[in-house]
Amino acid sequence: MALVTDTPQQQDAGRKTRGTAARNRARNGGPRIGSHIFLLMLVIYFITPLWWLTVASTKDTAGLFGGSGGPLWFDDGFHFFSNLQGLFERQDGIYWRWLGNSFLYAISGGVGATVLAVLAGYGFAKYNFRGRAAFFGILLGAVMVPLTALVIPTFVLLSSVDLVNTIWAVILPSLLSPFGVYLMRVFAQEAVPDELLDAARIDGAGEIRTFFQIALPLLRPAIVTVLLLSVVGTWNNFFLPLAVLSDPLLLPVTVGLNGWQALSNAGSGGEALWNLITTGAFISIIPLIIAFLSLQKYWQGGLSLGSLK
Amino acid sequence: MAPFALIFLTFLILPLVFAFRMSLFTSTLATGNKFVGADNYLKAFSDPIFLEGLGTVAKFALVMIPAQMLVALVAALVLDNLATWASKFSRLMIFIPYAIPVVIGALMWGFLYSPRFGPASSIFGLFGLAAPEFLAQDNIFGSLVNIVTWQWAGYYMIIIYAALRGIDPGIYEAAVLDGASDRQIALRIKVPMISSSLVMVVIFALIGTLQFFTEPQVLRGVAQGAIPVSYTPNMYAFTLAFSYSQFNYASAISFALGIVVFVFSFIFLFLTRKQSGLK
Repeated sequence: MALVTDTPQQQDAGRKTRGTAARNRARNGGPRIGSHIFLLMLVIYFITPLWWLTVASTKDTAGLFGGSGGPLWFDDGFHFFSNLQGLFERQDGIYWRWLGNSFLYAISGGVGATVLAVLAGYGFAKYNFRGRAAFFGILLGAVMVPLTALVIPTFVLLSSVDLVNTIWAVILPSLLSPFGVYLMRVFAQEAVPDELLDAARIDGAGEIRTFFQIALPLLRPAIVTVLLLSVVGTWNNFFLPLAVLSDPLLLPVTVGLNGWQALSNAGSGGEALWNLITTGAFISIIPLIIAFLSLQKYWQGGLSLGSLK
Repeated sequence: MAPFALIFLTFLILPLVFAFRMSLFTSTLATGNKFVGADNYLKAFSDPIFLEGLGTVAKFALVMIPAQMLVALVAALVLDNLATWASKFSRLMIFIPYAIPVVIGALMWGFLYSPRFGPASSIFGLFGLAAPEFLAQDNIFGSLVNIVTWQWAGYYMIIIYAALRGIDPGIYEAAVLDGASDRQIALRIKVPMISSSLVMVVIFALIGTLQFFTEPQVLRGVAQGAIPVSYTPNMYAFTLAFSYSQFNYASAISFALGIVVFVFSFIFLFLTRKQSGLK
C-alpha cells in the first residue's frame, strides 16, 4: 500500500482545506461537549504537575510540607523572591552557573548538530557520490543505536584524550544527530526540486551560492525542527553529563538539581533545599516553554516529517 | 558532509568499535588487560542482574508503549475532529510536558507522589480513602509508567495529529455520504491511513523504553529502597562503570543492550513493513 505519499506540499494543501471541513462537521455534530470534557480532563492531567511547581516555587520549606493552601494552592506567605535570593546566595549562586551551562551546551550542541545535519542531509539528498546508498544504510541503522549505550565507551574514549570533565565532553557527543540527518535528507528531497538547482547552476551560481540562496530558504521548516529537537535533546540530557562531568561548576541544571535533591533526601546528614529545588526547577523550564510556544508554527508541521519515509 | 562524517565516525562508529573491543577484554590490577573473547557476553547473558533488568524494561515496554499510544492516538483523533480555540489550547497544553527536561519531570512527580509533600492524601481524603503509597515497592512500576506517559504522550500526539491533518478530507466526505459514523471514520479510515506515523512513534517509544534510565535514577532518591541500582540495564551499566570501575564489563552490558534494542526495532520494522512503507 502506498500510504506514505504525503509530501510537505500536499500536507500544506490538506491543511488549508481541512480547517473549514472540520468546522463544518463540528457544526453538524453540535458543540461536541463530550469531546471537550475529555480534552479538559487530559489538560488537567498534563497541567497539574506544572501548576503544582508554579505554586510550590512561591513557598518556603515549611510551606511545602504543610502550608495553609495545601499542595495545589498558594500559601498566605509569598516567598518566590526570597527563594530567588536563596538561589543567588547558595554556593555563590551556583544555580545560575548551572543554568548558564545548560544554555551553553544546548545552544552549541544544538546549533552544531543542526549545521551538520543540514550539510549531511542536503549532501545525501542532492549529490551522487560513491557509496551513498551504503552510507545512508549505516545512518538508518545508527538512528536505532541507543545513544545511552554509547555513554560509557564515550566516557572512556574522552578520558583517554583528557577531555573528561571539560565542556567538550558534553558538547562534542551532542553534535551527533543521525535522526536529524535523516529528517533533513527526507525533507531536502521533497522540498528542493533538482530542476531549481539545475536552473541556478545554469545561471552561473556556484554550488555554495546555490546552497545558501536557493536550498537553505526552502529547508527552513526542517531546520527549525531539527534545531528544536537537538536543543531539547541536549538541554534534557542527563546520562551523558552525569557520566562525564564531576566538577560542580560545569554541571547543567538538570544534573545540578538532581544533586540537590539527593542531598536533601539524605535525611539527617543532608540539608533540606526543597524550596530552592522547586524554584530552580520552575525557572529552568521557562526558556524551553517560551521557545516552543513562540515557534509553534514551525514544529507543529515539522515533527511529522519523519513519517514521510 | 565531511564534518558530519567526522563527528559520525568519532562519536558513533569509534565508540561502537571501541566499546566492542573493550567488551572483549577484562582488566584486573593483577593481570592487566587480558583478551577474553566473548566471555563478557556469555557472562552478561547469564548474569541474573542483567537479565532481570532486561525483563524489567520488557515489562515496561509492554505496559508503557500501549499506554502512551492510547492516550496519544485518542487525543489526536479527538483534536482532529474539532476546530475550536479550546482544542488548539488543549493541544498545546498536552504537548507542553515534552518541553520539560525529563529530570525535572521526574523530580516534580517525585514531589507529587511523596506522602510528605504531595496532594494525594488530601485528594483521596475527599473520598474518605487512604492515599496509595506511590513510592512503595509494589507501586513504583505504575508510578514510573505514569511519569513517562505524562512526559511523552503529548509529543507522540503531535506527530499523529500532524499525520491526521495530512489526510485529504475528500475521503471522509465519501464515507459520510455512505453513512459512516465518526467512530467508523476514525477506526477504519484515519487509523489505517496514518499507520506509518504510528509505526514511527512505536519505534521511538521502544528505543526510549529499553534505554530507561533517567526517571528511575531520579526517583531512586525519593523512593527509599524501592528501586535497586540495577533496576534497568542502563542503570546496571552505569553502576558497574562508575561505582565499581568495571568499564569492560559495563561496555559489554551496554553493547548487549544495544544489540537487544537494535534487534527488537528491526523485528518490529520488519513485521510492520507494510504499514510503515519501508522496504
